Amino acid sequence: MANLIELRNIKKIFKKDAEQELLVLDNVSFSLKEGEILAIVGRSGSGKSTLLRIIAGLSKPSAGQALYQNEPITKPVPGISLVFQDFALMPWLTVLQNVELGLEALGVPRKERRQRALKAIDTIGLDGFESAFPKELSGGMQQRVGIARALVVEPEVLLMDEPFSSLDVLTADHLRSDLLDLWSDEKKKNNGILLVSHSIEEAILLADRIVVFGSNPGHVQAIVKVEIPHPRDETSPEFRKLVDRIYTLMTTEEKIIGKGKKEIDLGYRLPDAPISQLIGLIELIAEEQETDQAVDLPKIADELMLDIDDLLSLTEVLDILHLAKEAEGDIKLTEAGLQFEKADILLRKKIFATHLLMYVPLVRHIYNILNASHNQRVSKKHILTDLEEYLSKDDAQRVLRIIIEWGRYAELFAYDDSSEELNLENPE
Amino acid sequence: MTNLIELRNIKKIFKKSEKKELLVLDQINFNIHEGEIIALLGRSGSGKSTLLRIIAGLTKPTAGEVRYYEKPVLEPAQGIAMVFQHFALMPWLTILENVSLGLEALGVSKKESRQRALKAIDLIGLDGFESAYPKELSGGMQQRVGIARALVVEPKLLLMDEAFSALDILTAENLRDDLLDLWTKSEFKKNSILLVTHNIEEAVAFADRIIVMDYNPGRVRSILHIDLPHPRNSGSKKFQGYVELIYKLMTKTTKAEIIDIGYRIPEAPVTKLMGLVDQIGEVQKAHKTIDLPTIADDLLLDIDELLSLTEILKLLQFIKETPEGNIELTEAGLQFEKADILLRKKIFSTHLLIYIPLTKHIYTKIHDEPSRRISKAQILKDLSAYLSEEEAQRVINVAIEWGRYAELFAYDDNAEELNLENPI
Amino acid sequence: MQMHIWQNNRMALPKMNLWDIFALLLTVTLFATIAYSTKQITAPYHPSQLLTIQLSEKYLPLYALRTVFRMLIALSISLLLTFTIGTLAAKNKHAERIILPLIDVLQSVPVLGFLSITITGFMLLFPGSLLGPECAAIFAILVSQVWNMILGFYQSLKTIPEDLKEAASIFKLSSWQKFWRIDVPFAMPSLIWNMMMSMSASWFFVVASEAISVNNQKILLPGIGSYIATALADKNRIAVGLSIFIMFIVILLYDQCIFRPLIFWSEKFKHEEDETERTQQKMPWLIALLNKTRLLKILGDYFDTFTYQFVNCKWLLKKKASQEITKAKIIFSQMLIYFWYVSIGMIVALCVYFLSQFIFQTVTLKEASHVLLLGVYTSIRVIILIFLCSLVWIPAGVWIGLRPHVAEKVQPIIQFLAAFPANLLFPIVIYFVITYHLNVNIWATPLMILGTQWYILFNVIAGTTTIPKDLKYATVNFHLSGWLKWRRFILPSIFPYFITGAITAAGGAWNASIVAEVLTWGKTTLMAQGLGAFITQVTTSGNLPRVALGISIMCLYVLFFNYIIWQPLYNMAAKRT
Repeated sequence: MANLIELRNIKKIFKKDAEQELLVLDNVSFSLKEGEILAIVGRSGSGKSTLLRIIAGLSKPSAGQALYQNEPITKPVPGISLVFQDFALMPWLTVLQNVELGLEALGVPRKERRQRALKAIDTIGLDGFESAFPKELSGGMQQRVGIARALVVEPEVLLMDEPFSSLDVLTADHLRSDLLDLWSDEKKKNNGILLVSHSIEEAILLADRIVVFGSNPGHVQAIVKVEIPHPRDETSPEFRKLVDRIYTLMTTEEKIIGKGKKEIDLGYRLPDAPISQLIGLIELIAEEQETDQAVDLPKIADELMLDIDDLLSLTEVLDILHLAKEAEGDIKLTEAGLQFEKADILLRKKIFATHLLMYVPLVRHIYNILNASHNQRVSKKHILTDLEEYLSKDDAQRVLRIIIEWGRYAELFAYDDSSEELNLENPE
Repeated sequence: MTNLIELRNIKKIFKKSEKKELLVLDQINFNIHEGEIIALLGRSGSGKSTLLRIIAGLTKPTAGEVRYYEKPVLEPAQGIAMVFQHFALMPWLTILENVSLGLEALGVSKKESRQRALKAIDLIGLDGFESAYPKELSGGMQQRVGIARALVVEPKLLLMDEAFSALDILTAENLRDDLLDLWTKSEFKKNSILLVTHNIEEAVAFADRIIVMDYNPGRVRSILHIDLPHPRNSGSKKFQGYVELIYKLMTKTTKAEIIDIGYRIPEAPVTKLMGLVDQIGEVQKAHKTIDLPTIADDLLLDIDELLSLTEILKLLQFIKETPEGNIELTEAGLQFEKADILLRKKIFSTHLLIYIPLTKHIYTKIHDEPSRRISKAQILKDLSAYLSEEEAQRVINVAIEWGRYAELFAYDDNAEELNLENPI
Repeated sequence: MQMHIWQNNRMALPKMNLWDIFALLLTVTLFATIAYSTKQITAPYHPSQLLTIQLSEKYLPLYALRTVFRMLIALSISLLLTFTIGTLAAKNKHAERIILPLIDVLQSVPVLGFLSITITGFMLLFPGSLLGPECAAIFAILVSQVWNMILGFYQSLKTIPEDLKEAASIFKLSSWQKFWRIDVPFAMPSLIWNMMMSMSASWFFVVASEAISVNNQKILLPGIGSYIATALADKNRIAVGLSIFIMFIVILLYDQCIFRPLIFWSEKFKHEEDETERTQQKMPWLIALLNKTRLLKILGDYFDTFTYQFVNCKWLLKKKASQEITKAKIIFSQMLIYFWYVSIGMIVALCVYFLSQFIFQTVTLKEASHVLLLGVYTSIRVIILIFLCSLVWIPAGVWIGLRPHVAEKVQPIIQFLAAFPANLLFPIVIYFVITYHLNVNIWATPLMILGTQWYILFNVIAGTTTIPKDLKYATVNFHLSGWLKWRRFILPSIFPYFITGAITAAGGAWNASIVAEVLTWGKTTLMAQGLGAFITQVTTSGNLPRVALGISIMCLYVLFFNYIIWQPLYNMAAKRT
């Protein structure tokens, strides 16, 4: 089968300033074949949305090539249309006008435009809503408009950027199956869908192949074929096996990079992990661990309805802090983790503080600076400058915010928002 | 045990206009003893939050009386503190200042209030965050501040208004555990909690007694004693037994479901209705009984939403209740489940016209007009005899969504008119 | 970067009703009364000596200081009025009913127009001292800013989330504590922003109010405004340039030392923001500097202790004991309310009587209709101006707004331009008009919009920066371009912002017409036909009843346009978002 989209050694670098650069995508190569549904799963920061923008012609790769029907993509091409996570509908246009918009831009005559738009609206089950404005519709209906708008221009390739993640479970389920029905329609046979997803289950449910993305920088870690016939049953053993396999792929990756041991440096891009969620997770693992030896991550994700991104962020931090060990899609509390779980609030803070100092270089760095400074304060800007040697501006901000939360909880340091200073104060 | 709070024949009526009234709470009688945890469980519209506000002294009952230590509550009483769903922290005050706020109002000296606030902050595990502003904290931490602020005034009764519902599961679980720990192990034990929630597990995990509220109007449907020692294991047979029991209590239809155009249609978007029918169909295909708690769990629906959806499906005769109290798809429901989009629309429109008086009403009214259009205000007026203006607006919007999907009628938001147009 | 939007708070008011008409009546009568009473005093008062303004540059800083001082006093009084009247309107529905329409009308009163009336009034109040004109100048500044501040504060109070209010009463805060712990902090961000913009606008009035001719006599109040006026009268180009420079410095200092730090500080009062959305505002250098010293901390501690004592002041912590509501009390309070409305009704009746007497005794119907016609000229000018400005500034604003780094740099410049008193540019226009024999009726017109056009640009930029990225991507993905892109995407998305900007610009233009339709440079005076020129004319000649007539009619025009054009447009814009 011919390739609709072909990516060759795509590399994307964001320039932060004259000197510093941030590698977001590295050496990404894969292709989307005719009639195929391809899903990309990966953690946040794996650059999957950036990749989608490159394919859509909204942003240019720093090196490598994205080809559409063997032609390099340099600007948005008519055959590729995009469905957005948050719908991106024009609030001042009716459903019909929104759907007609793309045709209008193509200069399709009025009568034909109307006809085609109405047809697209019909197929996606929006008939009756033509005259409604987006804000009158529920989220699920709005995304239907987003899909109708993308389909009406009869694209060869449909790019979908986490299209179901702002919808509730029930609505998302329903829309997913409708989309599948629509796609299995005879005449769409040769078109392809490229779906960026935040949910492993969703990817398996829809895709023919799944591209697993690794992060820091984003790269293709593995490509998994899904050979379960449609309609796929989420509870079937083969489905679950595949879920487990992808989980394993996504969690073992760090191991290879860290050579078996999780040693991180000052500029490590710590993921978002609010303290209350960390503690909640430790308690949950402890509870599960009473019956099982190791705890299955997919099971936890399911139970908590967390998407992988959030869950893996949490487990990664537990792993870094040596409070839990993750391996091959399982997780287990360490000795320290078990002690933490049993401890009262005060002791928990102590354990947390010790582990932070031992295993998170950034915390140690801040703590040392504070203790060395004569007035025991340091400006946030100072730390940010240090961090920006490794991270983008936004990421540095985010990481520091997380660190401050942890530091506060552990009572290692405090932060004064009005003077933007970190300090060692602790009001008694 | 002494009675901390006594509720006597509480009735609450909201005046909508000169003539029309809406009965929200009726004949509420129960007591709260010292040291007792009570959960008030009910769907939206059961007036449970209103009841909480009446006990708090924030609103006055239309009839009946709230007594706090034998004295009538006419304004917020000292000794009753509240934790809010969305935390209600002052964004411009630091955590320490937020927690001391209540003490400041009591005229406690600055030094003492600082001391007491710091103690409360320690207790709830917020030490280290004193100088932070609320927006620097995650939701879970913010709610801890909310709890510390309530505890610092040493309340006899702690009111919690859906205090965990704005938090993610993990955080909520963690906070629930901590609060229960605090309550069962410490000096707070002799104080009482009144917990308003629509989460059944939460109620069973906390409460000594659960008061299940009826809705439309809110009445006490039943009172359950939970006979489980703390800490309770949510996985245990007995715990799950309680959950099932309460589910059944809440879904059981007590009234004969004959509805008129003034029926307060609950929030039920078409996409969710479809999704639920699909889900039930799938389970039924596998020849399993449909267990609402599992479905709610699977779909992460809170019970409020789920019950709204099942209520509508029942009204539309797509599902029915089995004698054992479970639900299953009816013949029509099964056909609907199998149909493609076009047929679905047809079935849906037929059922709307037969079983939902309001859609029928709108449909016939439009047809009666020579211009085939009718203003939304007109329908609102028809509804005003039954519903408050806000509710009528909401109900019409739901009906419009259904009508549009079923292609029974369309709506023009600019002209605020319902019509039969269908652009071809 | 976060762009602020200039808000015109009157648009959020409820629809026009009977109360607006009462308010209008009350206001107009008020002018008439003042005019009437001053006319009764037959011998106009003459200050014993005419103050001269020195054009030497060494006096200029001193003059600037006096002007700044005047503005600060006005600002403080505005703040006080905001707190009292705004709170009253928000908490008492009976007061609300009359206060809101009254402010709505007062807001449309041309400040410069009734300056002549108030100045006479104040001079009578403080005979023999400069306090009279001084008060009048402060009053003019005050009136130019206080209404929008009150409305802004009122709206903030009305939008305090219910649960914060509940928390306050659950924890039994007294009204005094509630006001300082909840009401004021909640309103703080918008209040400060409002104050800053008002400050900009009031420069225009300060310059005009320090030097004014009433009753054929020129009153000069030491200050930068009168310095400029004298420089214009003397055709002293260097002095004009110098004063522009000093103004620039003062505005810059205001911005950098007072408002930037205040705005930065008030960010933390913001509600509902979540941390990720929070745009990292750069710390103003002043705060950064003070942070390095111990001063801020010490001051901060003192300030904390002070506010604590102030907020928790013992004798204001009066606890209302819960009282049984007796029937007698209900009847009493109902009587009180009844009395309140009856007295309003009586005042209205009196107004009608007095107005008809006053106007038709001095002014003939024919003259009144002539003034109405003059109003038509001015309104045509305003409409054309807004149209032309939009034609220029919408594309410019969109261009800037789509480039965040440009917008960041441009914003403070625009703010300065908005503060810049347009009167300073008059000499240039007059020079051209005279040299090239241009038609005054046309070429004086642009002056009206000189000061307020920036609101349009400002808001268009702000509106453009708020367009979600996704929507931009969507238009690119669907190949929208050219006019289609403007029609379907850009114009609708900036429309609400544009409308608020245009409303303010139009209101400002009406106000400015009083200055802009009569141009003076040395001995040359040029006059266009219009309502503004009429008001200036009758002011100079001290014909107070006609001043009242002119103002009332301008007031009517502004209100008319607000309700006929702007309000519906605004509602339309607000509906979709």
